Amino acid sequence: MPTTPPPIIDARGLWKRFGNLAVLKGVDLSVAERELVFIIGPSGSGKSTLLRCLNRLEEPDDGSIQVDGIELLDPKTDINAARQRIGMVFQSFNLYPHMTARQNVMLALRKVLGKGKAEASEIAARALDRVGLGERMEHYPAQLSGGQQQRVAIARAIALEPRVMLFDEPTSALDPELVGGVLNVMRELRQDGMTMVVVSHEMAFAKAAADRVVFMADGEKLEEGPPAQIFGEPQHERTRAFIRQIDRH
Amino acid sequence: MGGFESFLFSFFNLKVMATYLPLVAKGFGLTVLLALLIVVCGLALGLALAVLRSFGVRVLNWGIIFVVDLFRALPPLVIIVLLFFGLPAAGITVSGFAATWLSLTLVLMAFAEEIYWAGITAVPKGQWEAARSTGLTFLQTLRLVVLPQALRITIPPLTNRTIAITKGTALGSVVGVAEILGASQSAMSFSANPSALTLGAIAYLILFIPVVAFGRWVETRFAWKR
Repeated sequence: MPTTPPPIIDARGLWKRFGNLAVLKGVDLSVAERELVFIIGPSGSGKSTLLRCLNRLEEPDDGSIQVDGIELLDPKTDINAARQRIGMVFQSFNLYPHMTARQNVMLALRKVLGKGKAEASEIAARALDRVGLGERMEHYPAQLSGGQQQRVAIARAIALEPRVMLFDEPTSALDPELVGGVLNVMRELRQDGMTMVVVSHEMAFAKAAADRVVFMADGEKLEEGPPAQIFGEPQHERTRAFIRQIDRH
Repeated sequence: MGGFESFLFSFFNLKVMATYLPLVAKGFGLTVLLALLIVVCGLALGLALAVLRSFGVRVLNWGIIFVVDLFRALPPLVIIVLLFFGLPAAGITVSGFAATWLSLTLVLMAFAEEIYWAGITAVPKGQWEAARSTGLTFLQTLRLVVLPQALRITIPPLTNRTIAITKGTALGSVVGVAEILGASQSAMSFSANPSALTLGAIAYLILFIPVVAFGRWVETRFAWKR
């Protein structure tokens, strides 16, 4: 039996209600270092809420979350310090429209990590280079395509050298021809050993790159396993139905 | 004397205008001072209230909304008169200048707060989430990410409202402030000729046309880069 290292994300018994609706019903999720975990499921299954709990953008009603050894839900935890270690990429990019690509990346470097202007600028340039936007650093978000904006958003997150990266449907708002560029950047991050949790419908990418796929429905984790198993021989009827549906597209 | 000559004598009497130019010029200076004090204090207080409101403390926000609605509902002249004649009854004497300044500042504060607030709430929630997810605090997010975007969209309504309220400095004439209108009215009484009022109107144009033009320039200057 190989010994498993302690997980870098360890969420247990997460409950989240919006009014009367329970969106998460006691979900556990643990992610090992350097692992790429894909969360799939029908809309309304709670997968985005689960992801957003992992950096406390959403406050769970019950449960516990450890990220990189930090008790995220402990009132004594400095959430702003913890969030530096957890990068997040959103479906709608959410770049700051009044700042250039480089300034977008520099902001947290300067104000959260306290780096000087020259150093922050240097780090931002490297991060933007890494996502293939070295030539577009002085552009404003409105002057960039959706795919480029999303890559700036990834640069903004990785510049802080997070321990884990959360992706909330990173390609859902993109035109099909722009998806590839974003997935390539994610693939490179994975090769560099970044721990990643991805909520997405990019099934081909999941099959090729994920270590593990988690299937959620109605606020519960119904099934998880290697992509070959989830896509090839799903155990649960709901999973089978879901896989059949997306395979048709 | 023909009708047109009579009109010129009454409203464009250069002799009368020349005599009372110094008086109206003094009024001009007073109006500029009063307007500047109102604009600076009103806009600053309005922004402070909008920022306070964004913390979302319920009881505090009820108070803010009450004050803001009160000063938006009352006619500025009513507030001026209440302060000028009412406060002495409470043992506090205020000059006409102070009463006018305070009243119009409070009115501008109230309207500005609503405009800033609308701007803050118009910034998409995703901007907050993105900034907070990188570890920025609430206040850093407000100051560095949300307010710069909010202020940009508030510039047109804010300039309009600011111009409208600074023109209200003319109401100071009711409580004896010798600003442009007050000075012109005195001059009119002394000379028994309304040309002094024409002078006052010209003074307002000289003051406010540049302000309106400045407002237009600011709107273009801070429009989104596309």
